[in-house]
Amino acid sequence: MNEILDILDKDARTTPEQIAIMLGRSTEDVKAAINKMENDKIILGYKPLVNREKIEDDLVCALIELKVTPSAGEGFDSIASRIYCYEQVRNLYLMSGAYDLAVFVEGRNIKEVALFVSEHLAQMDSILSTSTHFMLKTYKREGVIFENIKGDTRELMV
Amino acid sequence: MDYEKILSPVVTAIPPSGIRKLFNVVNEMEDVVSLGVGEPDFNTPQSIKNAGIRSLELGYTHYTANAGIKELREEITVYLNRKYNLSYDSEDVFVTVGGSEAIDAALRTVVVPGDEVLIPEPSFVCYKPLTALAGGVPVPIVTKEEDNFRLTKQQLESAITPKTKALILPYPNNPTGAVMSKKDLEAIAEVIRGTNIIIISDEIYSELNYTPEGHTSIIEIEGMKERTILINGFSKTFAMTGWRLGYACGPKEIIQPMIKVHQFAIMSSPTTSQYAAVEALRSCDNEVNVMKNEYNMRRRLMLAGLRSMGLSCFEPLGAFYLFPNITKTGFSSDEFCERLLKEERVAVVSGNAFGVSGEGFIRCSYAYSVTNINKALERIGRFVKKYI
Repeated sequence: MNEILDILDKDARTTPEQIAIMLGRSTEDVKAAINKMENDKIILGYKPLVNREKIEDDLVCALIELKVTPSAGEGFDSIASRIYCYEQVRNLYLMSGAYDLAVFVEGRNIKEVALFVSEHLAQMDSILSTSTHFMLKTYKREGVIFENIKGDTRELMV
Repeated sequence: MDYEKILSPVVTAIPPSGIRKLFNVVNEMEDVVSLGVGEPDFNTPQSIKNAGIRSLELGYTHYTANAGIKELREEITVYLNRKYNLSYDSEDVFVTVGGSEAIDAALRTVVVPGDEVLIPEPSFVCYKPLTALAGGVPVPIVTKEEDNFRLTKQQLESAITPKTKALILPYPNNPTGAVMSKKDLEAIAEVIRGTNIIIISDEIYSELNYTPEGHTSIIEIEGMKERTILINGFSKTFAMTGWRLGYACGPKEIIQPMIKVHQFAIMSSPTTSQYAAVEALRSCDNEVNVMKNEYNMRRRLMLAGLRSMGLSCFEPLGAFYLFPNITKTGFSSDEFCERLLKEERVAVVSGNAFGVSGEGFIRCSYAYSVTNINKALERIGRFVKKYI
């Protein structure tokens, strides 16, 4: 990653002015670089990293492993595009190994996720099998540890 | 029992740390943003931790040789050669419990009661008490903001007396962040050459030097190696403060007697830490660079932030501290720290904790996340605006 992305990756709220100071570059320079990355779709968005377990309307998440038949000419891209258009699908990856697509689905409860799988995914022609795993607890996401978050444990001032 | 009568007057005369007092208050408050801590916020790199754990699994849980395991001492000589082009034999090195023990052992080995030890100030809090405990007389040399807190030739010359035994060279400096360039060190060497003065060079922050040319050790200057006790360690460079490991290098004629002091007071440095340190020296250049770049970014951010408030602050090029001048606010350093804590819940350290010459300054550590630094700057800015 480049230096600007490194900084934004740690805290996306860091302003171009602050980044410029940190890197010893001009603000205009940093603004232009960020702008370019946004235009080039390198930076696709800025979001808070939320520990959902601490909010009331916690959603159920599942990883669904899909085995699919790739379509002639388009490989997995065609089926992938039919899957990712659902808003319930939060993440979708093409995988190597025992299955082809890893679909991360969110719903209000287990039933809603199960229905999504049986009514939408399982019925697509090229899908050979599905295997659904519900996520029980988040330990770490995006490089951030979610449990036992200790404050600063340094005790000595000098 | 009359305890006052049984205590050593040398120990009684050591003033309690002013930092500790404030720290106790900080602990009892909520939502305090601290810039007070003087150690890395990074955790020890994983490969170093693994090496420590592996040594425990292998049963390396005994004392080591007094001087430290040979593997580590050899690795230290390789490292010093690779980094600073210094050539030491592993017999010229011994492993201590942090840099502090090395400073203590150095002073106790060379100081004869009544000897004067020159201590540039502001500087780390241990030099004065350790000199006094060794029977020496600490002689502060006040370094100035206008000299970028460097020790100058003139200052050194006028501080030397027939009783001068040693000069402590604390660069890169805690708390000012000052560094000494090769040219600055050459000027010092000119004064020292031809005297019998021992240099105790505390280079614990050597890897945290943000100048393009990097750190220069006094050892590199002609004629200095024969009279210098070089002190360094793992705490700052490798984020290993809790492992308590440092080392001293120097002429055999000094190091061997120093090992006697170490042997009877300490026996040997922590075994687990020594095995972990071998890994640190061998394979953590990349991790060290990442940490250094991060510190450098925070340094620039905090410097710009403090200056934009109207505080004057010299640009420190080493360690992880800024030392802004707060006299414009009309407060003493202690008042500034107490009020800042009370009014805005930001903890910084009073400059006078590092010697009388630190009065008028505060020490702000940037061993904190950017988020923490920004929060602190916002609060300090609000505070300063009220008073200047």
